[in-house]
Amino acid sequence: MKEFRGRVVAPGCVSAPALVSHGGLNTLASFQKALQFGDKKATCGDQNNPDLYGKPMAGKALCLPQTIGSTTGGLVLYCACSMNRQPACLLFSNPIDSLAAAGSVLAAVWLEDVNMPVVDCLGEEFLAFVKDGMTVTVKENGLVCVE
Amino acid sequence: MVLTKEQQDILNGAKGETMAKVMKTLIMYGEIFGAEKLVPVTSRYNHLVTSFGLKALGPVYDLMDQLIEAGAVSGQKFSADPRPLDPKVPANWLQNLVFKKFMYSKQDFYENQLKQLGLMNEDAFSCACYLDEQGNRPARGEVLSWAESSAVVYANSVLGARCNRNSGIMDLMGSVAGYVPCFGLLTDEGRKATWVVRVETTKKPEAQLLGSAIGMKVMEDVPYVVGLDRWLGQELNDDACAYLKDFGAATASNGAVGLYHIDGLTPEAKDLGRDLIAPDAREYVIDDAELRRVKDSYPLVWKNPDAAPKLCFVGCPHLSLQQLKDWTLRLEQGLRAAGRKKVTVPTVFTTAPGVKKAFEATVYAPRLAGAGVILSCICPLMYMNNPLCGPMPVITCSNKLRTYTTARYYTEDEILSILTKGGPQ
Repeated sequence: MKEFRGRVVAPGCVSAPALVSHGGLNTLASFQKALQFGDKKATCGDQNNPDLYGKPMAGKALCLPQTIGSTTGGLVLYCACSMNRQPACLLFSNPIDSLAAAGSVLAAVWLEDVNMPVVDCLGEEFLAFVKDGMTVTVKENGLVCVE
Repeated sequence: MVLTKEQQDILNGAKGETMAKVMKTLIMYGEIFGAEKLVPVTSRYNHLVTSFGLKALGPVYDLMDQLIEAGAVSGQKFSADPRPLDPKVPANWLQNLVFKKFMYSKQDFYENQLKQLGLMNEDAFSCACYLDEQGNRPARGEVLSWAESSAVVYANSVLGARCNRNSGIMDLMGSVAGYVPCFGLLTDEGRKATWVVRVETTKKPEAQLLGSAIGMKVMEDVPYVVGLDRWLGQELNDDACAYLKDFGAATASNGAVGLYHIDGLTPEAKDLGRDLIAPDAREYVIDDAELRRVKDSYPLVWKNPDAAPKLCFVGCPHLSLQQLKDWTLRLEQGLRAAGRKKVTVPTVFTTAPGVKKAFEATVYAPRLAGAGVILSCICPLMYMNNPLCGPMPVITCSNKLRTYTTARYYTEDEILSILTKGGPQ
């Protein structure tokens, strides 16, 4: 087991299997088909992301450097949260980007009962260590345990 | 964050619960990035990224309804991204059924919401809202609350306006409140380049290929590009602006670039030169081999890699007037040389409504139509985002379209060759 400490962007506690993207997560490309066509597992549709393509994202501890691509990204995350198809948590090795931050804030302010903890600044070592399927536990203080 | 009395009053509910939530959203968003204050939005118009009535975006429409019912509408008029549908664009009966009955069944409803919130006019639908014919062109130094990655990067880089890469909905929140949090690309420090990109190609690099390479390398950082003025010159004329429009769209979609500086060409690079480069900036050299490597790395997800293309899209982001004229001439020349009269693949050129009107008033419009090209104002990305387009072999010279869909990327020269000769060589 290894522990990593980051900055709490959206507080919360959760434990979930890891899903790791070493490249930036293109939010629109990843989620749009799942949202449009009722895929409750939120299967990643981004052909340019070999780490995630074809894998379910809902309920996973999504570990990534940052999000990239279309500025619909925040509202796509907001919709995923509203439809209960969001990842269990978002864990960024880098400082969070403006689109993911927007999605996290919109969900926190405008939706009720959404629990999607977000932690950023976990460092490159976090992304190098965590692998798909490992159990990730996020604590209130930004501590992330990977085992 | 330190708020003015007016901002604090709004947060405390002086203008109602919904406006208080709008203010809270902007404050929480800014605090994540260490913003110490909210600053006024100073542009005349806003630009929203969401233009499509996708049934799947129900939560967005619910939120819009909350704003409208509370009277929390935009203080500015705004433009929006292109509409998703056009009956002139080829689609079979099944696609039409899926588009109208399932995917975009909320289009009319959503456009009505946009009108209530402050849409500029019926023609205000283009990702290239800053083109002269569209009338939403901010001035240097103005503070924006825009979204649409290609428009934001153009406004920051080519026009010298100041705007963060705001998300959809957040763009509208800034416009409703009249304030945006001051961080990132709104600050002098945030506009410093943390990458120096040296372009050392032997010919003018393809705009959307160069942008793709840079976007994938620097992600959301600010690149300072050296060596491109050799190909583009030192004036922001029509050719240079069109090139930078396409280049920027690729940097923003293949990565997350919100601002770039072109040495000797873009306004801040002209004024401040290499003082814009941060001391610890990293370096990326792009030569012919690097561009080839990047192009070869694109996955081809067609079911049958050898399938004959069934549709070609040119114009993501929307084409400028000059680009439409240039493409018309190149197609005519290519078809003449190949002994053909019409393009070999059903082809759609996409442009802004204002540009389309201007183009249709020129002698070029009937000539382009005569070559068999359909001119439309839709968003090709929205057209292609459905399972029916997945197996459809679509080709494009847009790296943005390639990124978000199953379209296959070719350079402009290759597209021209396919359309006129029937193959990329």
